[in-house]
Amino acid sequence: MALDPSFVGRCYPVAGTYQVSREKIREFAEAIGDDDEIYRDPSVARACGYSDVIAPPTFAFILVLRAQQALLRDPELGADYRRMVHGNQSFRHHRPIHAGDVLAAALHVDSVRTMGGNDLLTVRCEIADSAGDPVTTARSTLVVRHPAAEQDR
Amino acid sequence: MSRRRRGEVAEGDELPSLHVRVTRADLVRYAGASGDFNPIHWNERAAREVGLPGVIGHGMLTMALGSRLVTTWAGDPGALVDYSVRFTRPVVVPDDAEGALVEFSGKVRRIDDGTAVVAITARCAAQSVLGQATATVALA
Repeated sequence: MALDPSFVGRCYPVAGTYQVSREKIREFAEAIGDDDEIYRDPSVARACGYSDVIAPPTFAFILVLRAQQALLRDPELGADYRRMVHGNQSFRHHRPIHAGDVLAAALHVDSVRTMGGNDLLTVRCEIADSAGDPVTTARSTLVVRHPAAEQDR
Repeated sequence: MSRRRRGEVAEGDELPSLHVRVTRADLVRYAGASGDFNPIHWNERAAREVGLPGVIGHGMLTMALGSRLVTTWAGDPGALVDYSVRFTRPVVVPDDAEGALVEFSGKVRRIDDGTAVVAITARCAAQSVLGQATATVALA
Protein backbone atom coordinates (compact mmCIF):
# COMPACT_ATOMS: atom_id res chain seq x y z
CA MET A 1 0.00 0.00 0.00
CA ALA A 2 1.43 3.36 -1.02
CA LEU A 3 1.54 6.18 1.50
CA ASP A 4 -1.22 8.75 1.28
CA PRO A 5 0.23 11.81 -0.56
CA SER A 6 -2.41 14.06 0.94
CA PHE A 7 -0.31 14.00 4.14
CA VAL A 8 2.15 16.49 2.59
CA GLY A 9 1.92 19.81 4.38
CA ARG A 10 0.41 18.38 7.52
CA CYS A 11 1.82 19.44 10.86
CA TYR A 12 1.76 17.37 14.04
CA PRO A 13 2.56 19.40 17.15
CA VAL A 14 3.76 17.16 19.97
CA ALA A 15 1.59 17.45 23.08
CA GLY A 16 3.41 18.86 26.10
CA THR A 17 7.01 19.95 26.44
CA TYR A 18 10.35 18.22 27.01
CA GLN A 19 12.41 19.34 29.98
CA VAL A 20 16.11 18.80 29.32
CA SER A 21 17.95 17.61 32.44
CA ARG A 22 21.64 17.31 33.27
CA GLU A 23 21.07 13.64 34.06
CA LYS A 24 19.53 12.85 30.67
CA ILE A 25 22.37 14.61 28.88
CA ARG A 26 24.91 12.64 30.92
CA GLU A 27 23.05 9.38 30.20
CA PHE A 28 23.00 10.13 26.47
CA ALA A 29 26.70 11.10 26.41
CA GLU A 30 27.56 7.82 28.17
CA ALA A 31 25.46 5.84 25.68
CA ILE A 32 27.49 7.28 22.79
CA GLY A 33 30.76 6.77 24.66
CA ASP A 34 31.58 10.47 24.81
CA ASP A 35 33.54 11.52 27.92
CA ASP A 36 33.61 15.26 27.15
CA GLU A 37 33.11 17.09 30.45
CA ILE A 38 31.05 19.79 28.74
CA TYR A 39 28.18 17.24 28.87
CA ARG A 40 28.64 16.66 32.62
CA ASP A 41 30.26 19.56 34.42
CA PRO A 42 28.37 22.89 34.45
CA SER A 43 31.57 24.80 35.25
CA VAL A 44 33.23 23.44 32.08
CA ALA A 45 30.16 24.43 30.06
CA ARG A 46 30.15 27.93 31.62
CA ALA A 47 33.81 28.36 30.73
CA CYS A 48 32.75 27.82 27.10
CA GLY A 49 30.04 30.46 27.43
CA TYR A 50 27.00 28.26 28.03
CA SER A 51 24.54 28.65 30.88
CA ASP A 52 24.63 24.93 31.75
CA VAL A 53 25.83 21.61 30.35
CA ILE A 54 25.04 21.29 26.64
CA ALA A 55 23.71 18.24 24.82
CA PRO A 56 25.57 16.22 22.16
CA PRO A 57 24.60 17.17 18.59
CA THR A 58 22.25 14.22 18.01
CA PHE A 59 20.53 14.42 21.42
CA ALA A 60 17.70 16.26 19.69
CA PHE A 61 16.67 12.99 18.06
CA ILE A 62 15.00 12.02 21.35
CA LEU A 63 12.42 14.69 20.56
CA VAL A 64 12.37 13.90 16.84
CA LEU A 65 11.56 10.26 17.51
CA ARG A 66 8.68 11.16 19.81
CA ALA A 67 7.32 13.49 17.17
CA GLN A 68 7.65 10.87 14.42
CA GLN A 69 5.99 8.10 16.36
CA ALA A 70 2.65 9.87 16.45
CA LEU A 71 2.68 10.25 12.68
CA LEU A 72 3.94 6.77 11.87
CA ARG A 73 1.31 5.16 14.05
CA ASP A 74 -1.46 7.09 12.31
CA PRO A 75 -3.28 4.26 10.48
CA GLU A 76 -4.48 6.71 7.82
CA LEU A 77 -0.91 7.24 6.62
CA GLY A 78 -0.58 3.55 5.76
CA ALA A 79 3.03 3.15 6.97
CA ASP A 80 4.12 -0.25 8.26
CA TYR A 81 6.45 0.75 11.08
CA ARG A 82 8.25 -2.62 10.92
CA ARG A 83 9.20 -2.03 7.28
CA MET A 84 10.51 1.46 7.88
CA VAL A 85 14.19 2.25 7.41
CA HIS A 86 15.91 5.50 8.29
CA GLY A 87 17.32 6.85 5.01
CA ASN A 88 18.78 10.29 5.81
CA GLN A 89 19.05 12.49 8.84
CA SER A 90 20.16 16.07 9.27
CA PHE A 91 20.28 18.56 12.13
CA ARG A 92 20.58 22.29 11.90
CA HIS A 93 21.26 23.69 15.35
CA HIS A 94 20.24 27.31 15.72
CA ARG A 95 21.85 27.07 19.15
CA PRO A 96 23.02 24.14 21.32
CA ILE A 97 20.44 22.45 23.54
CA HIS A 98 21.36 22.78 27.21
CA ALA A 99 20.13 21.53 30.56
CA GLY A 100 17.17 23.56 31.75
CA ASP A 101 15.69 23.98 28.30
CA VAL A 102 11.96 23.40 28.03
CA LEU A 103 11.44 22.37 24.44
CA ALA A 104 8.43 22.01 22.20
CA ALA A 105 8.46 20.02 18.95
CA ALA A 106 6.25 19.94 15.88
CA LEU A 107 6.56 17.53 12.98
CA HIS A 108 5.92 18.70 9.41
CA VAL A 109 5.38 16.30 6.50
CA ASP A 110 7.44 17.84 3.66
CA SER A 111 7.13 15.18 0.98
CA VAL A 112 5.74 11.76 0.17
CA ARG A 113 7.00 10.04 -2.96
CA THR A 114 7.62 6.63 -4.44
CA MET A 115 11.08 5.66 -5.66
CA GLY A 116 12.28 2.24 -6.78
CA GLY A 117 9.09 0.65 -5.55
CA ASN A 118 9.57 2.04 -2.04
CA ASP A 119 7.83 4.95 -0.37
CA LEU A 120 9.96 7.89 0.76
CA LEU A 121 8.62 10.10 3.48
CA THR A 122 10.45 13.33 4.29
CA VAL A 123 9.61 14.93 7.61
CA ARG A 124 10.95 17.99 9.40
CA CYS A 125 10.90 18.41 13.15
CA GLU A 126 11.05 21.98 14.39
CA ILE A 127 12.21 22.29 17.98
CA ALA A 128 11.75 25.56 19.83
CA ASP A 129 12.39 26.78 23.37
CA SER A 130 9.90 28.19 25.86
CA ALA A 131 10.35 31.68 24.38
CA GLY A 132 9.34 30.28 20.99
CA ASP A 133 12.82 30.77 19.56
CA PRO A 134 14.08 28.08 17.16
CA VAL A 135 16.60 25.63 18.64
CA THR A 136 16.95 22.80 16.13
CA THR A 137 15.54 21.88 12.72
CA ALA A 138 15.85 18.14 12.09
CA ARG A 139 15.03 16.57 8.74
CA SER A 140 14.53 12.84 8.27
CA THR A 141 13.91 10.72 5.21
CA LEU A 142 12.10 7.51 6.09
CA VAL A 143 11.93 4.67 3.60
CA VAL A 144 9.03 2.26 3.72
CA ARG A 145 10.17 -0.90 1.96
CA HIS A 146 7.48 -2.65 0.00
CA PRO A 147 7.32 -6.45 0.30
CA ALA A 148 7.03 -6.64 -3.52
CA ALA A 149 10.19 -4.56 -3.97
CA GLU A 150 12.09 -6.97 -1.71
CA GLN A 151 11.04 -9.95 -3.83
CA ASP A 152 12.34 -8.23 -6.96
CA ARG A 153 15.87 -8.04 -5.60
CA MET B 1 38.71 23.07 25.72
CA SER B 2 37.92 25.96 23.46
CA ARG B 3 36.57 26.35 19.99
CA ARG B 4 38.98 25.84 17.09
CA ARG B 5 40.04 29.11 15.50
CA ARG B 6 39.87 30.19 11.88
CA GLY B 7 43.62 30.40 11.39
CA GLU B 8 44.07 26.86 12.77
CA VAL B 9 42.10 25.11 10.04
CA ALA B 10 42.91 24.59 6.37
CA GLU B 11 41.20 22.85 3.51
CA GLY B 12 42.39 19.26 3.29
CA ASP B 13 43.16 18.93 7.03
CA GLU B 14 42.47 15.43 8.29
CA LEU B 15 40.74 14.90 11.62
CA PRO B 16 42.16 12.37 14.08
CA SER B 17 40.38 9.11 13.29
CA LEU B 18 38.04 7.39 15.73
CA HIS B 19 37.61 3.62 16.05
CA VAL B 20 34.67 2.38 18.10
CA ARG B 21 33.63 -1.14 18.97
CA VAL B 22 29.86 -1.48 19.17
CA THR B 23 28.51 -4.44 21.12
CA ARG B 24 24.98 -5.66 21.81
CA ALA B 25 25.28 -4.14 25.28
CA ASP B 26 26.01 -0.75 23.68
CA LEU B 27 22.85 -1.07 21.59
CA VAL B 28 20.74 -1.79 24.67
CA ARG B 29 22.26 1.20 26.45
CA TYR B 30 21.68 3.46 23.44
CA ALA B 31 18.09 2.20 23.12
CA GLY B 32 17.42 3.23 26.70
CA ALA B 33 19.11 6.61 26.42
CA SER B 34 17.51 7.53 23.09
CA GLY B 35 14.08 5.98 23.50
CA ASP B 36 14.45 3.97 20.28
CA PHE B 37 13.31 0.51 21.31
CA ASN B 38 12.85 -0.92 17.83
CA PRO B 39 13.49 -4.67 18.43
CA ILE B 40 15.68 -5.02 15.31
CA HIS B 41 18.37 -3.37 17.45
CA TRP B 42 18.30 -5.98 20.22
CA ASN B 43 16.30 -9.01 19.13
CA GLU B 44 17.73 -11.45 16.58
CA ARG B 45 14.33 -12.93 15.75
CA ALA B 46 12.77 -9.53 15.07
CA ALA B 47 15.72 -8.53 12.87
CA ARG B 48 15.53 -11.70 10.77
CA GLU B 49 11.77 -11.42 10.40
CA VAL B 50 12.23 -8.20 8.43
CA GLY B 51 14.96 -9.66 6.25
CA LEU B 52 18.07 -8.41 8.10
CA PRO B 53 21.08 -10.70 8.55
CA GLY B 54 20.93 -10.16 12.32
CA VAL B 55 20.68 -7.46 14.97
CA ILE B 56 21.80 -4.12 13.55
CA GLY B 57 22.98 -0.98 15.31
CA HIS B 58 20.83 2.14 15.44
CA GLY B 59 21.69 4.38 12.49
CA MET B 60 21.41 7.23 14.96
CA LEU B 61 24.10 5.63 17.15
CA THR B 62 26.46 5.53 14.15
CA MET B 63 25.57 9.17 13.47
CA ALA B 64 26.25 10.07 17.11
CA LEU B 65 29.63 8.31 17.04
CA GLY B 66 30.45 10.26 13.88
CA SER B 67 29.62 13.47 15.72
CA ARG B 68 32.24 12.59 18.34
CA LEU B 69 34.91 12.62 15.65
CA VAL B 70 33.95 16.20 14.83
CA THR B 71 33.19 17.62 18.27
CA THR B 72 36.47 16.33 19.73
CA TRP B 73 38.34 18.06 16.92
CA ALA B 74 36.19 21.21 17.08
CA GLY B 75 36.96 21.69 20.79
CA ASP B 76 33.39 22.78 21.55
CA PRO B 77 30.44 20.49 20.66
CA GLY B 78 28.26 23.59 20.41
CA ALA B 79 30.29 24.61 17.35
CA LEU B 80 28.71 21.81 15.29
CA VAL B 81 25.90 23.80 13.69
CA ASP B 82 24.86 21.48 10.88
CA TYR B 83 25.23 17.73 10.54
CA SER B 84 23.72 15.41 7.95
CA VAL B 85 24.20 11.79 6.95
CA ARG B 86 22.74 9.14 4.70
CA PHE B 87 22.45 5.65 6.15
CA THR B 88 23.83 3.48 3.36
CA ARG B 89 24.36 0.08 5.02
CA PRO B 90 23.39 -1.36 8.37
CA VAL B 91 26.03 -2.08 11.02
CA VAL B 92 25.47 -5.75 11.84
CA VAL B 93 26.39 -6.34 15.48
CA PRO B 94 27.22 -9.98 16.32
CA ASP B 95 26.30 -11.51 19.65
CA ASP B 96 29.84 -11.69 21.00
CA ALA B 97 32.27 -9.70 23.13
CA GLU B 98 33.97 -7.98 20.17
CA GLY B 99 30.85 -6.62 18.50
CA ALA B 100 31.31 -4.56 15.33
CA LEU B 101 34.24 -2.23 14.72
CA VAL B 102 33.24 1.09 13.15
CA GLU B 103 36.01 3.34 11.86
CA PHE B 104 35.46 7.05 11.39
CA SER B 105 37.65 9.52 9.57
CA GLY B 106 37.12 13.10 8.47
CA LYS B 107 38.62 15.73 6.25
CA VAL B 108 38.07 19.47 5.95
CA ARG B 109 36.47 19.91 2.56
CA ARG B 110 36.31 23.69 2.59
CA ILE B 111 36.42 26.80 4.74
CA ASP B 112 33.40 28.94 4.23
CA ASP B 113 32.51 32.21 5.91
CA GLY B 114 33.88 31.33 9.35
CA THR B 115 32.89 27.68 9.19
CA ALA B 116 34.73 24.48 8.35
CA VAL B 117 32.82 21.91 6.32
CA VAL B 118 33.99 18.42 7.25
CA ALA B 119 33.36 15.30 5.16
CA ILE B 120 33.08 12.19 7.33
CA THR B 121 33.54 8.57 6.35
CA ALA B 122 32.35 5.65 8.44
CA ARG B 123 33.33 2.09 7.64
CA CYS B 124 32.42 -1.26 9.13
CA ALA B 125 33.54 -4.67 7.82
CA ALA B 126 35.33 -2.94 4.91
CA GLN B 127 32.16 -1.21 3.75
CA SER B 128 30.94 2.34 4.02
CA VAL B 129 27.98 2.67 6.41
CA LEU B 130 27.36 6.43 6.08
CA GLY B 131 27.09 8.37 2.84
CA GLN B 132 27.36 12.09 2.24
CA ALA B 133 28.13 12.59 5.91
CA THR B 134 28.91 16.27 6.38
CA ALA B 135 29.37 18.44 9.43
CA THR B 136 29.59 22.22 9.50
CA VAL B 137 31.67 23.61 12.36
CA ALA B 138 31.58 27.26 13.38
CA LEU B 139 35.11 28.50 13.99
CA ALA B 140 36.13 31.05 16.59
